[in-house]
Amino acid sequence: MIVRILGEGQFRVDDDAAAKLTALDKDLDAAVRDGTDAAFSAALHAAVALVQASGVAVADDEFVTADYILPFSDATVDEVRKLLADGAIPGDSIGLP
Amino acid sequence: MSVMKRVSLIFRAKADKALDRMEDPRETLDYSYKQQVEMLTRVRRGVADVATSRKRVELQMNSLQKEIGKRDTQARDALGKGREDLARAALQNKAQLQGQYADLETQFAALQEQEEKLTLASQRLDAKVQTFRTRKETLKATYTAAEAQTRINEAFSGISEEMGDVGLAIQRAEDKTAQMQARAGAIDELLASGALEDHVGGNQDYIQAELDKLGAGTDVDNELARMKNEIAATAPKQIEGNGAAGTGQEAAASEQQAGDGA
Repeated sequence: MIVRILGEGQFRVDDDAAAKLTALDKDLDAAVRDGTDAAFSAALHAAVALVQASGVAVADDEFVTADYILPFSDATVDEVRKLLADGAIPGDSIGLP
Repeated sequence: MSVMKRVSLIFRAKADKALDRMEDPRETLDYSYKQQVEMLTRVRRGVADVATSRKRVELQMNSLQKEIGKRDTQARDALGKGREDLARAALQNKAQLQGQYADLETQFAALQEQEEKLTLASQRLDAKVQTFRTRKETLKATYTAAEAQTRINEAFSGISEEMGDVGLAIQRAEDKTAQMQARAGAIDELLASGALEDHVGGNQDYIQAELDKLGAGTDVDNELARMKNEIAATAPKQIEGNGAAGTGQEAAASEQQAGDGA
């Protein structure tokens, strides 16, 4: 499975790590829903550390899309809520109006 | 639905939307490449901006460190002169400055980390863009094949995600830099207003003023002695210099006269 950490690129992780990530993702989801920053940071840091430790960076000449995207490692609940709400990504990545 | 999945879907939706609107993928490959190059320029500028902010914070840390040192000297000076009240005031001020210094230290570390990450992101995008550039020519040449279409879509979506990531990273960096600049501006103002420094804009800090009063008598004597020494050291040179110039002129005048005579 391919996981991107925003700001840090893509990583290929094995099934074992993917299962652990899925569990952490539930914590992330609950923290975003409840607006608890401390719980969110804890789950996010654990997820980022897991991907960094067990994942293998995807080569620069490989064009793949991520199955999962983790927010910036220092992101706040507010920031993630905003991204999820407007879904706005700056920069016209494809060049169409 | 999960947070990580939702974020990935947002990125994918952006790429899909663009792909749906593509009429001739070959032209769009070129146009997309142009956009990528612009994004690279933007991220490099972003790195430079963060570096500038980091340097500014560093300069402020140096200034504050000097002020902290000065307050420390003042406190010792005041204690030596039996003015515990002044020493206390100086130390209170020092503690305030140390608080500000700690705050700047945190900002400095955050900027440094951001600079490193953004530099890596810029290198990553650079490598991807280089690959995209060569690959798009191959894709354009084999565009008729159905397989090529799939590969075009893959390359598009892959680079689109990277661009979206970098775009968000730059936006965050810009936001943070703006926040820090506002705070840095406040500290600059504080430094310039004389609230921290002595004798700036006539706004003398009172601890130093009190200490100056205590030591005023000896200071004036010392300054007078110093000035006398300075004058004694520079005066003979000036006279010598004038004398030499005078002699030169006279010599030139007499040569002129000699020439006229002949």
